[in-house]
Order: sequence, then C-alpha cells, then structure tokens
Amino acid sequence: MENFNYHRPATTTAAVALLKKSKDGKFLAGGHTLIPTMKQGLAAPRDVIDLTAIKGFSGIKVSKTMVTIKAGTTHQDVTMSKDVNKAIPALAQMVGKIGGVHVRHKGTIGGSLANNDPAADYPSACLGLGATIETNKRKIEADKFFTGMFETALKNDEIIIAVHFPIPKKASHQKFPNPASRYAMVGVFVSQDGKGKTRVGVTGAAPCVFRAVEVEAALNEEFSAKAASAVKISAKGLLSDMHASAAYRAHLLSVLAGRAVAAA
Amino acid sequence: MHSISLALNGKPVHGQVEGRTLLVEFIRESRGLTGTHVGCDTSQCGACVVSVNGKAVKSCTVFAVACDGAEITTIEGLAKGVDLHPMQVAFKEHHGLQCGFCTPGMIMASIDIVKRHGKSVDEETIRRELSGNICRCTGYHNIVKAVQAGAANM
Repeated sequence: MENFNYHRPATTTAAVALLKKSKDGKFLAGGHTLIPTMKQGLAAPRDVIDLTAIKGFSGIKVSKTMVTIKAGTTHQDVTMSKDVNKAIPALAQMVGKIGGVHVRHKGTIGGSLANNDPAADYPSACLGLGATIETNKRKIEADKFFTGMFETALKNDEIIIAVHFPIPKKASHQKFPNPASRYAMVGVFVSQDGKGKTRVGVTGAAPCVFRAVEVEAALNEEFSAKAASAVKISAKGLLSDMHASAAYRAHLLSVLAGRAVAAA
Repeated sequence: MHSISLALNGKPVHGQVEGRTLLVEFIRESRGLTGTHVGCDTSQCGACVVSVNGKAVKSCTVFAVACDGAEITTIEGLAKGVDLHPMQVAFKEHHGLQCGFCTPGMIMASIDIVKRHGKSVDEETIRRELSGNICRCTGYHNIVKAVQAGAANM
C-alpha cells in the first residue's frame, strides 16, 4: 500500500478544511471499502482523513415520525438499537445483514452512502423509505443523492452529517445474497406510508441503486405479493456478470419484491 | 511516522508507525505477537480478529495509527498464566480446530459473541455471528459446539 498522511480531525469543519487543502484526500469512515481498495492499489490517496474521532458524529434519535441516524453510527449500533428495531424493524434487520459482525463494528451509514457501491444495502433503504441525507451544507433527498456507480451528489467540500428516515406504515427488505461474498445479487426494500404510497428501492441489480417504478405502480393499485411478483421487469440496463445474467436479476427483482410485500 | 500509545493485553505499549501500517502488522511485526493470523488480507476470513475497545474487529482492515489510545486484546491476552480462558479450553475439549490457523480469530470472535448474547447463546446465533470467520478444516460443527460449551463456562 502506498503511504499517506493520516489526519484525525475533531470537527467536521476541520475535516472538510483538510480535504479541501489536500490534492488527493479521502475520508475514512470505517474503512472496509477504502482500506481493501488501497491494498489493491486501486486507490492511493495522499491524505486519509479519519472521521471517527469527530465529536457527536454518531448516535440515533427516533421521534414519532422519523428515525435519524448520524453519519458515523456503526452498522452494529443500528441493528442492535431497540429504538430502530421498534420504529422501522425492516431497517434494523437489513443493517444486521451487512457483512459480518466484525465488519459491522467498523462500517458506518455515512461511509456506505458516500461510497454508493452498486450492491450496498443502505442505498436501497434510503430510496425505499424516501430518506433525506443531511450534509454540512444542505439536505438532499435520496432520489437526488445516488447519481451513478460509486457516484453521489456530494460535492468536494461536503460531508454527510446524518440521515433522516421517515417511519413507514409497513416495510420489508429482502436480499438474495451472493453465496460467497454475501453482497446482494439483488436486494429490494419495499415500504408503504400512511397514505398508501409505496416505494421500492433496488440494489445489486444495476450499476446504481434505483426505484422500481413499475413495481411501485402495481403496488399503489393493489398492495399484494401477487401484484408485485406479477410485474415483468425488463433486463435492459441491469448488470450481467459471472454471478448472474441481467435476465436472472430482472426475475429476482420481482420475486424478491413479492416476498418483501408478503413480509411487510 | 506517527507515535502511538495503546494498551495491548493490559500492558502499555508505545510505537512508531506509518499511516499505512495495519493494526495486524503492528501486533505481529512490531510487538512480535504472532498469535493473530493473516489469512486472506481482504477482510473476509477473520483469522486476524482482535478486540479493540471491547469490540471484535478485523485487524487487517484497521490502521494502527487509528488505534492510538485504544485497549486491544489478542489471543495472547486471554490465558491467565498456564490457565487457559474457558473458550480456549472448550475449543481444545471439543476439537474445535484441526490445522488451527483460523482458531485465534474464531476464539476472539466467540468471546465477542458471548459478551453480546450471554452464556446461553443458541446454535443459530453462533452460526450467524461466525459468518465473518472462515474455517477450511472442521466444517464448523465442532466449533459451534465449542462456542456453546465455552459460553456456558465464561
């Protein structure tokens, strides 16, 4: 691994200032993507800015209508949180399926969202629940946050502070994990709000997380497993690799959507 | 270079590390504690699991410099003199190992499981929570038995 300058700022302002000053800086928010990437030589930042010592950077707050998770909160803290389990059980259960427990002890919600891996779980929950991502500058709706493969709407001087999840009437997350890596071949997060509006966030199936609008339309007509799994998904634009063809992923999407509705 | 000070198996330790020095490299190469193993070096196998501030983590995917001020326990920190930790005893008694390469990580992960789930942790939970530790010899059956027995004696 190439060497780098290590920084451990105590405030978000200092972290952003360090990133702006660096020619090629990276935030470290858990490191379970960044460090393996650096080992492989795919990333060689000059400055690594560790966010984990920032005061007040982690924590969970639940109100009557909203679950707020601060950016530095680890996956393990989210999945073990009694408040999250009560307010949005589907979210707590989904987070409990990210990696293994040792990974969940380090990985954070902010790191996962800023990285936007095509097979990451959190982005599907953000789209499936209609979350809002709060940065040091502004609030970004999940629908406008994930812009492409490993790409987000975040600017260079922006850092995620917290994520706000509206509490749905019902929700469920279903994932078909790759048997070796446990990453989602396809993962589907379905929710229905108090007004009967459905959202369906899909990960693993395409280069970037997306909303399955055809499934949403079917479920807005009739919220049933049958309605969800009857939707024919086009394989166009979906991922095709050694693990699964695009057609297989398209089929998985409607199957998992049906299972999610049944479990919601 | 960065100066770090931490508690390693209860003893204060000081060292000089580069930014890129991994925690497992510091433990094995600077401190000579080779009980912590490097199996895959890609954050998957769990042979390198140690406890950092009471939480099991993969020491191949943590920078040593980020552990300045931390309390770290490795497999060498478990036994009290010649008396093995109950989890170590259980792995021995239940044949929870064959080649032994994954064992330090398995034991560190198992103690972490008992800490979170208690002495009467069930088989399903153990299997689920050991998903980040890979064993290529045993087929896991005796490992799970060992963890249940070790948990009861902790």
